[in-house]
Amino acid sequence: MSDEYNQKNTPLEAQSSETMTDISGTTSKDIDYVRPAELPEQDLYHGHSFITKWVFCQDAKVIGVQYFLTAVFTGIVGLVLSWLMRLQLGYPDLVPFITAEHYYQFVTMHGMIMVVYFLTALFLGGFGNYLIPLMVGARDMVFPYVNMVSFWMFFIAVCVLMASFFVPGGPTGAGWTLYPPQAILPGTPGSNMGIILMLASLSLFVIGFTMGGLNYIITILQARTRGMTLMRMPLTIWGIFTATALAMLAFPALLVSCIMMTLDKMLETSFFMPAIIQAGEVLDYGGGSPVLFQHLFWFFGHPEVYIVALPAFGIVSDLISVHARKNIFGYRMMVWAIVGIGGLSFFVWAHHMYVSGMNPWFGFFFATTTLIIAVPTALKVYNWIITLFRANIRMNTVMLFCLGFIVTFVNGGITGIFLGNVAVDIPLSDTYFVIAHFHMVMGVAPLMVIMGAVYHWFPLVTGRMLSEKLGKWHFWFTFLGAYSIYFPMHYLGFIGVPRRYFEMYDSPYVASATGMNEFITVAALIVGFAQFIFIYNIVTSLSIGKPAGKNPWKANSLEWLTPEVPPAHGNWGEKLPVIHRWPYDFNVPGAKEDYITQTTPPSEVMSAEVEKT
Amino acid sequence: MHPGIIFLGVVVGSVLFHIFTPWWWTDIASNWGAMDDTINLTFWIGGGVFILVCLFMVYCIFMFSYKEGRKVEYKPEDHKLEKILTIATTVGVIALLAPGLIVYNNYINTPKNALQVEVNAWQWGWQYRLPGEDGILGTAQVAKITDDNPFGINLDDPNGKDDILIEDDVLHLKTDRPVKILLRSLDVLHNYYVPQFRAKMDAIPGIITYYWFEPNKIGEYEVLCAEYCGVGHYAMRAKVIVESEGNYENWIKEQETFSDLIAKQESNESKLTLVAKSND
Repeated sequence: MSDEYNQKNTPLEAQSSETMTDISGTTSKDIDYVRPAELPEQDLYHGHSFITKWVFCQDAKVIGVQYFLTAVFTGIVGLVLSWLMRLQLGYPDLVPFITAEHYYQFVTMHGMIMVVYFLTALFLGGFGNYLIPLMVGARDMVFPYVNMVSFWMFFIAVCVLMASFFVPGGPTGAGWTLYPPQAILPGTPGSNMGIILMLASLSLFVIGFTMGGLNYIITILQARTRGMTLMRMPLTIWGIFTATALAMLAFPALLVSCIMMTLDKMLETSFFMPAIIQAGEVLDYGGGSPVLFQHLFWFFGHPEVYIVALPAFGIVSDLISVHARKNIFGYRMMVWAIVGIGGLSFFVWAHHMYVSGMNPWFGFFFATTTLIIAVPTALKVYNWIITLFRANIRMNTVMLFCLGFIVTFVNGGITGIFLGNVAVDIPLSDTYFVIAHFHMVMGVAPLMVIMGAVYHWFPLVTGRMLSEKLGKWHFWFTFLGAYSIYFPMHYLGFIGVPRRYFEMYDSPYVASATGMNEFITVAALIVGFAQFIFIYNIVTSLSIGKPAGKNPWKANSLEWLTPEVPPAHGNWGEKLPVIHRWPYDFNVPGAKEDYITQTTPPSEVMSAEVEKT
Repeated sequence: MHPGIIFLGVVVGSVLFHIFTPWWWTDIASNWGAMDDTINLTFWIGGGVFILVCLFMVYCIFMFSYKEGRKVEYKPEDHKLEKILTIATTVGVIALLAPGLIVYNNYINTPKNALQVEVNAWQWGWQYRLPGEDGILGTAQVAKITDDNPFGINLDDPNGKDDILIEDDVLHLKTDRPVKILLRSLDVLHNYYVPQFRAKMDAIPGIITYYWFEPNKIGEYEVLCAEYCGVGHYAMRAKVIVESEGNYENWIKEQETFSDLIAKQESNESKLTLVAKSND
């Protein structure tokens, strides 16, 4: 690209809309040209009563906050469950009510809540709703009413899920993967009402999420403002867009497997149930395949990992760029890496099943595809750290969380290469190595991004800054604490400690793990409590936080450029913004300021040597 | 304190932990040393990448932390650098994948001289079946399981008659002879896993799965169920005793075959009928 560096005589065609073949002799009006809008503006429904404004609200920003708060609530439930599990593992018999049944119920609910109801809902429902219309320059989602229904479906799904704690037999204890046959047989806790409510709740979630997801995709494809070409969208939007597309294709597999399992449970069909003899009794099943469920589940489950990871990738790219005051390195490669990872993620699902008893020849194919995914993923990591090179890095809380993300993500990504490589996976699968890996890569790393994103966008949502001092304490407790939970945990897997063990007993090689289990439990309690610093920070900053004013981070992207802060319903006041460049023009040579917003027309920054990308 | 120091501490701490960790592999007791080797190779390459990436990041935050008016590079793309990084990563990935696939190829191709052992799993226990003198296991079905036929062997199948049945969770194996483990489950998923052997595979009701290994160290090993199978999962343990050929032969002679079992039951039944008749 450097050989195409624009010379001073033609500095302006760069980020400005339509390419003009002949720059010389054009007036400033021409270089600011942006193609006219193709569609008339959207009419919005304005709520007047409290209920239409704040409860059954059609404003994507409010819906985003509703999603966010509901997801955080489920996340706190998940956190408490993880404490209970850790107490049992670190100090067995300390808490008398944690029986094996309860332990497995906690494991199951913790996993399902964190993956689906917390992370997915938070990234796509929360950040997606809030940021998509603002970042692409739309007044709202294209189908605001459906968007509102989407949230309420999610809300009902959460209620059904939580209700399962209170039914006879309690919630299901089938493990978050819900593998049949055990998920619906009496040997598993909650195999009556618990599993039925879980399957119902997941089905509701998928239905609600499909409504939201279609909205996100169509809004991004159809409702971008003038000049917002696809290759000028912030990477946050690329991440959310691709993740939503994956969700639209992956969630149906979950829905059908939920429906099929519900039928197996309630009508005694045999989709997943072969002939079984349990407690000396031959059951009324026959001919089904438990492995079929695993294929369906992981056909959803693996893209699900990227449904969580891709928005995190996108958001962290934007946060790094803004706070390092430098353009994101290799934007186009970042976009293609997101899309490529998304596409490939549909061809790797069976790496979760290397020892499942599927045809062993699949191992070759899925190990190869899995390791291919490592290439675009590694490139993204390189681009993040190259962005930091020769930048001007603000060492604030947001940046700390981004750096914490890079460390934990690289760590978790590399252990992923262990598990993706089939021969290496065989001794490690179903051990604590797996637990450590996926918590590091899809637990801690995306959480780092979520927290960084909250510190970054809180001023936009509320108009006030969060406390930096508390933020830094929160970061170090969370990052160092979480790292010391999961880094040593890998080594339990090497010893061979299997996952999902209520108690280890006194096997000689497991005994050596006792001390580490106690340490991990203590660390987990501390990290959990550190989150109350965060909650305290949020609650107090709402009233006493420093007023943020407009664009406190000096960012370029559109969400900071609304006429009112926090943005009002309809986002843009009288006139939609017009876009002249990508959102990464930081420290452009020749420009007066160290940032040029997306709406700045070329004629206003005549001396800036903007590169053509 | 500059945050870079703490990040540096995390990287150095991770490396030191890895070098001095007391938590490491159990001593290997099978032929799958190659799996350990591929793991170590992954550690070298992956660990190297982790260290390089993190150190570069730490360098950047030391060198380029915020200063008013610092000159910042404006370079959106660098095709040459991107190409080099892509190729280097691809080479690294191939270096990891190729040996992994070779080991996996050995894992799924059982040697011809392997002893067959059928492992029967249920909630929550194990039992075993070995082929008799004919070296072939008789076919079996879950639906045929009764108190008199605990493995559900097809009575019409002549191969099943001499099968050796071990209704106990202790399995004996002889050292330096490959074993093909054939896994069956009567109810839900299970997994027959001995950490020292490295190998594992799920047992699935309805189909027979397999894996193989060659035990090469005499001793007793604990078997762990490695696939969640309900509330008794953590307690589903068993034992494997690897012993010399002589001891193994002695053990096998003491075990009952399926025809022994049938004969015993028939004699019991005939005794019962005699008792019944004498009562008439």
